[in-house]
Amino acid sequence: MEKYKLAFYWASSCGGCEVAVLDIHENILKVIDIADIVFWPVAIDTKYKDVEAMKDNYIDVCFFNGAIRLSEQEHLAHLLRQKSKIMVAFGSCACYGSIPGLANFFYRHEIMNRAYLETPSTVNPQNILPQEVTKVKEGEITIPEFYDTVHTLGQTVEVDYFVPGCPPVPDQVMTLVEALDKKKLPPKGSVIAGDKTLCDTCERLREEKIVPEFKRIVEVIPDNEKCFLDQGIICCGPATRSGCGNRCINANQPCRGCFGPAPEIHDQGAKLLSAIASISAINEEERVEEFVNSIPDPAGYFYRFTLPYSMLKRKLIREEKK
Amino acid sequence: MVFEPKIVGFLCNWCSYAGADLAGTSRMAYAPNVRPIRVMCSGRVDPTFVIKAFLEGADGVLVAGCHPPSDCHYQEGNLKAMRRVPLLKKMLKQLGIEEGRLRLEWVSASEGEKYARVVNEFTEQVRALGPLDWKIPQPKGGKN
Repeated sequence: MEKYKLAFYWASSCGGCEVAVLDIHENILKVIDIADIVFWPVAIDTKYKDVEAMKDNYIDVCFFNGAIRLSEQEHLAHLLRQKSKIMVAFGSCACYGSIPGLANFFYRHEIMNRAYLETPSTVNPQNILPQEVTKVKEGEITIPEFYDTVHTLGQTVEVDYFVPGCPPVPDQVMTLVEALDKKKLPPKGSVIAGDKTLCDTCERLREEKIVPEFKRIVEVIPDNEKCFLDQGIICCGPATRSGCGNRCINANQPCRGCFGPAPEIHDQGAKLLSAIASISAINEEERVEEFVNSIPDPAGYFYRFTLPYSMLKRKLIREEKK
Repeated sequence: MVFEPKIVGFLCNWCSYAGADLAGTSRMAYAPNVRPIRVMCSGRVDPTFVIKAFLEGADGVLVAGCHPPSDCHYQEGNLKAMRRVPLLKKMLKQLGIEEGRLRLEWVSASEGEKYARVVNEFTEQVRALGPLDWKIPQPKGGKN
């Protein structure tokens, strides 16, 4: 039997997804049985030119993790799409933009100033900012363009499967590997994860939700059997897709929403906002401010993993006046 | 040319839509900028409706429902809107949309006059803010 050819690539990500591939432990041997790895910058010495030399559709499955923030990443997304039969958005950054996508709360110049001029640990007396092209006596040197907006992989190229998670769990990887092995692939566009909300799979004790006061997780020690929301701790379970194995919940931490929007919904943040506002016990108009103040950073909290994927995608950029 | 803001109004079926109707049948003259959408309850106004309105060209969004605490036909739908809209304003502000572009009002079926006043006030408020001019970000190289 001819082996599958796999490729792995990382764009704007932390590298956790690369490690998550290895979380399948000894099952990695099963992967090696059915597949060869033809491109994986983290682990093997292949170059971009090797990918360019491949025929179209040469790669069977490309696991692409990370969001699209630089022109280099965008280029590789297009290139790998062209060379791959199946493109998998692996991890929440590729699927939804995730943590790198929080940069969409700022404008490009703000990010540059913060990173290269303002941070207390920066010493940059000449206020030098990275330039895409720099002339030196040997010629020109270039670095990739830093885009003003972080995009998801799905916004950049056609994606066949989405594997959310920060990082994805071994079960999801094995679901895909086994589907490949048995040649029974799910329909295009499938999200390889649960098909319910996290709350549907949560085993904590739930009461009728009427929350007198919302507290931040740093302010309390949560009870490890009761629903977090019942305790006034914001948990992203109501609007988040299941399939993670409830790892945070089992470690007595509320859900942060890394599996992205639950099935049938698109905008996780708006839905969470709606859910959280519904369960507050404050019914007096003059006390509404108290409720609003108890959630200091609604956009950051509710869109933590999905800002570039959300309806608004980023902080408003105004159309330039013509 | 004077800027005429586009405003989407989500009016609850039981109070505010009837209030708007009263303003009309009483032949009151008021700003024509609000495009009313009848919803069963102000509590039915999902934040995604508001966001979608802004995305598709609204400069302002009005949500109007029955007076709290107890006028709501569904008992507490208006209380949900009462908490949801201010939190949504705070969240939209973080995303660059001024708080003044979203407004929550209580208008009963007998308050045609109040409805007309609210629409006039809100229209002027949004006019002063100017067009929203939403630019939807796209990947630079397009999508293939």
